[in-house]
Amino acid sequence: MEKSSYIIKQISVFSENRPGRLAAIAAALRDAEINILAFSIAEADGFGVVRALVDRPDDAYRTLTDLGFRVSFTDVIGVKMRDEPGGLSEIASVLGDAGINIEYAYAYSGKDAAVLILRVDQVEDAVRKILDHGGELLRLPIRS
Amino acid sequence: MPPWNPRIEEMPIDELQRLQFKLLKSQIYRLYSFNEFYKRRMKEHGVHPDDIRTLGDLAKLPFMYKSDLRDGYPDRIFTAERSELVRYHVSSGTTGKPTVVGYTERDIANWSESLARAFSSCGLGRGDVVQVSYGYGLFTGGLGAHYGAERLGATVLPTSVGNTERQVELMQDLHVTAIACTPSYLLHIAEVAEKMGVSIRNDTNLRMGFLGAEAWSEQMRTRIQDWLGIRAYDIYGTSELSGPMFTECSEQKGIHVWGDLALLEVVDPATGEVLEPGEEGELTVTMLQKEALPMVRYRTGDLTAIDTDPCTCGRTHPRIGRIRGRVDDMLIIRGINVFPSQVEHTLLGIPDVGKHFQIVVDRKGALDSMLVRVEVSEEAFSDKIPDLMEIKRKVEHRLRSSLNVSVEVELVEPGTLPRFEGKSRKVIDRRSL
Repeated sequence: MEKSSYIIKQISVFSENRPGRLAAIAAALRDAEINILAFSIAEADGFGVVRALVDRPDDAYRTLTDLGFRVSFTDVIGVKMRDEPGGLSEIASVLGDAGINIEYAYAYSGKDAAVLILRVDQVEDAVRKILDHGGELLRLPIRS
Repeated sequence: MPPWNPRIEEMPIDELQRLQFKLLKSQIYRLYSFNEFYKRRMKEHGVHPDDIRTLGDLAKLPFMYKSDLRDGYPDRIFTAERSELVRYHVSSGTTGKPTVVGYTERDIANWSESLARAFSSCGLGRGDVVQVSYGYGLFTGGLGAHYGAERLGATVLPTSVGNTERQVELMQDLHVTAIACTPSYLLHIAEVAEKMGVSIRNDTNLRMGFLGAEAWSEQMRTRIQDWLGIRAYDIYGTSELSGPMFTECSEQKGIHVWGDLALLEVVDPATGEVLEPGEEGELTVTMLQKEALPMVRYRTGDLTAIDTDPCTCGRTHPRIGRIRGRVDDMLIIRGINVFPSQVEHTLLGIPDVGKHFQIVVDRKGALDSMLVRVEVSEEAFSDKIPDLMEIKRKVEHRLRSSLNVSVEVELVEPGTLPRFEGKSRKVIDRRSL
């Protein structure tokens, strides 16, 4: 399996920090019948970034851009963790030992595993290191 | 209050007008004969100094605008040699280029004389201590008020703006009797004093304030006078004329403009037609004795009316009423002039943000705050918060260095900013004066 297929396109949407903005994004994706697999919100002074993994990232990008949102794709990886104590520690150690920096992370607990979504500074290296350590990564295309 | 210069200040009107005509005539001849800019302007306008036969012939001369200073940057329209200049002041221009004003020794002397007359008309004199809380430096306010008060023999405490708690302490310890600052800064000082347990009314010797460099109202005057137990006087001027030059007298019935230094007109901002005394329009000033930069029929952009009736104080010179507003979209933030076009110009140089913007001006406590809303450009949008915060800081820094005013920047979603021209939506001013 080629490494790049483990690299997932996350959509990132700029949002003002005021009531109704997340609702507007969510409604747009619902109307386009795009499924959100995971999302997180990072907030700062007066604004935030909504980050989401969706089943059809290109369609999501187009839909939101057409509505005037500022959207970008970001390469992330999804690491399947053992849903038990120590699961996160293991992955974090692998990356830390390899000198790979985690820029941000969020997680969801799925049907068969907990998944940690990571943006790292060296995405290709991160994929290799995790696979080398026997870790399991989400692969494209994502299916819900 | 007795005049500082009784011969001039109480000169009968017909005599004053003869003096004005003489000064105008010699100024215009000097400019036509020795300066290319003025000569070309008059020729293009089809007027020669010989055509100036009465004071009313002033209207035959062409207008000057702030843009003339910008186009002549930095000193191309000065009418004195560089070696004759003793000072420069610099104010913000409407775009990238600032406006430079130069002064000869006599220009500084006349400016100081103007303020000495003005301050004494409010009862300021030897023995008074004047706290100058206008900014010192390139801005004309600090040094202008400083020289005027010193000329009068008063003691100056040059505190400039900021470090407000110290300002309150010094006001008490050095028995300050008068203050020169923006009205909003005086309110801020008073608020800080109260927090320190100091009542300006009861615990200081302050008895008067010379307040200007921003628009204020009669309502605000009443509030300041009642709260602080002082007399609050309006002060007027702009750097193109020298700086703050004229104030009200103790009667508080308009600002006396010394006729031997400045010749006033009020014109229709749209047509340039000269209006009658009492009619509101754009204040237009001709400097009669200025050597380095003698503005002729300078369109100040300030809206007011002239009152030619002699004042009950006995001074014969014309007065202007409160400045009612601006003919352009200039904003005054903490005493500093800001043009939305400067904001636009600065943003165009920053690829991380779009060219659309909105300015929101508010008054938090007593101090003005300026917020600029911008959109992050598509290329610069990052989903990492630190990157976005860095863009925000960068834009704040760039705006601050070009406007000389601290600005808060808000990043907004694309499409939420006004797209069409028109200052009503580009600028939201929430201050109530």
